[in-house]
Amino acid sequence: MKRLTLWLILLSFPVTGFSAERIVSVGGSLTEIVYALGAEELLVGSDTTSYYPPAAEDLPKVGYQRSLSAEGILSLNPDLLILSEESGPPTVLKQLESAGVSFLVNKAGRSLDDVKTNIQSIAHALDRADKGEELIQSIDNTYQELQQTILDNPESKKVMFIMQIAGGAPLVAGTNTAADSMIRLSGATNVVSDYEGYKPLTPESLIVLKPEVIIMTDQGLEQAGGIESVLKSPGIAITPAAQQGNIVSMDSLKILGFGPRSANAALELKRQISTL
Amino acid sequence: MSTLAKHIQLNLLFARFKVSSLFLLAVILAFVCIAAASIGSVNIPLSAIVTGALNDQQEAVLFSIRFPRVVLAAIVGAALAVSGAALQGLFRNPLADPSLIGILSGAALAVAAVIVFAGPSQGYFGLYRLSIAAFTGGLVTSVLIFRFARLAGTFSVTYMLLAGIAIGAIAEGGRGFIAYLSDDAQLRALTFWAMGNLGDALWPAVLVVMSITIPATVILVRNARALNLLLLGENEARHLGVDAERLKYVIIICTALSVGAAVAVSGIIGFVGLVVPHLIRLTIGPDHRLLIPGSALLGAILLIIADTFARTVVSPAEMPVGIITSIIGGPFFLWLLIKQYSGRFGI
Repeated sequence: MKRLTLWLILLSFPVTGFSAERIVSVGGSLTEIVYALGAEELLVGSDTTSYYPPAAEDLPKVGYQRSLSAEGILSLNPDLLILSEESGPPTVLKQLESAGVSFLVNKAGRSLDDVKTNIQSIAHALDRADKGEELIQSIDNTYQELQQTILDNPESKKVMFIMQIAGGAPLVAGTNTAADSMIRLSGATNVVSDYEGYKPLTPESLIVLKPEVIIMTDQGLEQAGGIESVLKSPGIAITPAAQQGNIVSMDSLKILGFGPRSANAALELKRQISTL
Repeated sequence: MSTLAKHIQLNLLFARFKVSSLFLLAVILAFVCIAAASIGSVNIPLSAIVTGALNDQQEAVLFSIRFPRVVLAAIVGAALAVSGAALQGLFRNPLADPSLIGILSGAALAVAAVIVFAGPSQGYFGLYRLSIAAFTGGLVTSVLIFRFARLAGTFSVTYMLLAGIAIGAIAEGGRGFIAYLSDDAQLRALTFWAMGNLGDALWPAVLVVMSITIPATVILVRNARALNLLLLGENEARHLGVDAERLKYVIIICTALSVGAAVAVSGIIGFVGLVVPHLIRLTIGPDHRLLIPGSALLGAILLIIADTFARTVVSPAEMPVGIITSIIGGPFFLWLLIKQYSGRFGI
């Protein structure tokens, strides 16, 4: 009879709710979610894109998310691998699968809905559904605040997102990119509408696009040699944005990662752009 | 006496034909410059450039983006082609090109290090740091190679080649290691730099490059006669009064400086240094007195054309110009080879 009760208790747990004890998380925003769910004590490793919160930097690193190595991950002896659909290479994932590691594959985020889906699936897998709901609620609250801010200040500025400048042709975000989603989310308009992905543009075409505000990542700005260098770069120097000094920058994972901080990032972006 | 007079007369006639072909190249260059200045994403008609009837936007684009870029393309093209011609003469090897003296691998290593390891920087250093890194990296490597070439006491071209290959391999290994440590944004910057791009053209940079490459080209032209004699062989040239040792130094220093300056502002642009001197040899002849200025003019013309393609074919996006020079230069070079051999072997 006791045995039967034990079996019943065991069976009442959902299958994915086996409690993972050693997690490797691959992808900066996914690692952020694990931390936000308060499950960081389960993490035994992450990839090089996981650098927020700062404690995540101290985790053992298994390499870059698109060029993982099977042995490095296996040496950490994980029972669950949290990764995004962008992780790879596929051969390594196959090797890990045949070595018996469980996978939790998440979306490569492009919207707040993606973030919420990822939070739900990770929270479910780590048995922290309540914490997950709390997190989603706080994202929804920030989103409401963002909508209110946009209503109060409906001007939609023309914005250009420059990923990096080094190499002569600035790499500018087109549609169907995380940067484009973030620009829309914050109520601004992307000056580029006629191509997808990131493309290096000729300096003079920047002038034709006439951005009022230029957004960069902190990392891209640093690589370009700081804000003064950007303001002097060919082409950029003649845009309305550069002439009024309207350059906004934010940490790359925060602005492009689509993780728990994305709603906040969009709100911050909206506020910064409105004050320019 | 009369035969001598005839000979001189013929020589003069011949020389006039060759000099006039240089003049023709100069005219083509001027035409290409103006045409290139009128082509681009922003519409600036040729007539407006000539008459000066420009609106504010056109004026800004023309003077702060297109003119410096066209001038830079001309100078970089000329520097690479002239260096290629002089090095082919010095090494007496038709395959010699600026990569032999270590500039490219050294510059690439230094640029990689700056992209991946350098933190934030301010002011002029921030704006030009990749150029500064490329220039110093390139020169340090070629000085190293040069030192190895002199280990035997006198300067040995063979040692220089071998040391160049070894040091190039080390630099490439270092660059690979840095690329391995980089994140994806840094890796993209590294890759694009190595494909060459003239979009960084700002007047101060253009003027600095000019002030290095123009004197270097002039010095090379003045050593053209000695280079001609060197083609006979080092000992023969020495007997004819050429200070071969000094000549080698001068050529290596001049080419290292001008290639270093070119690479600093444009990254790695392949094939111009190799192909252009051959084109001039085939059309005007192998005399270095014409080969070097001819290479300068043709190198400028071809790189301006390639760069105009680079910034217009996928407009508003831009293609790295090194891709265009390699994709067009490679097959063209093959065609030249086939054409030459077909005469000889009846293929």
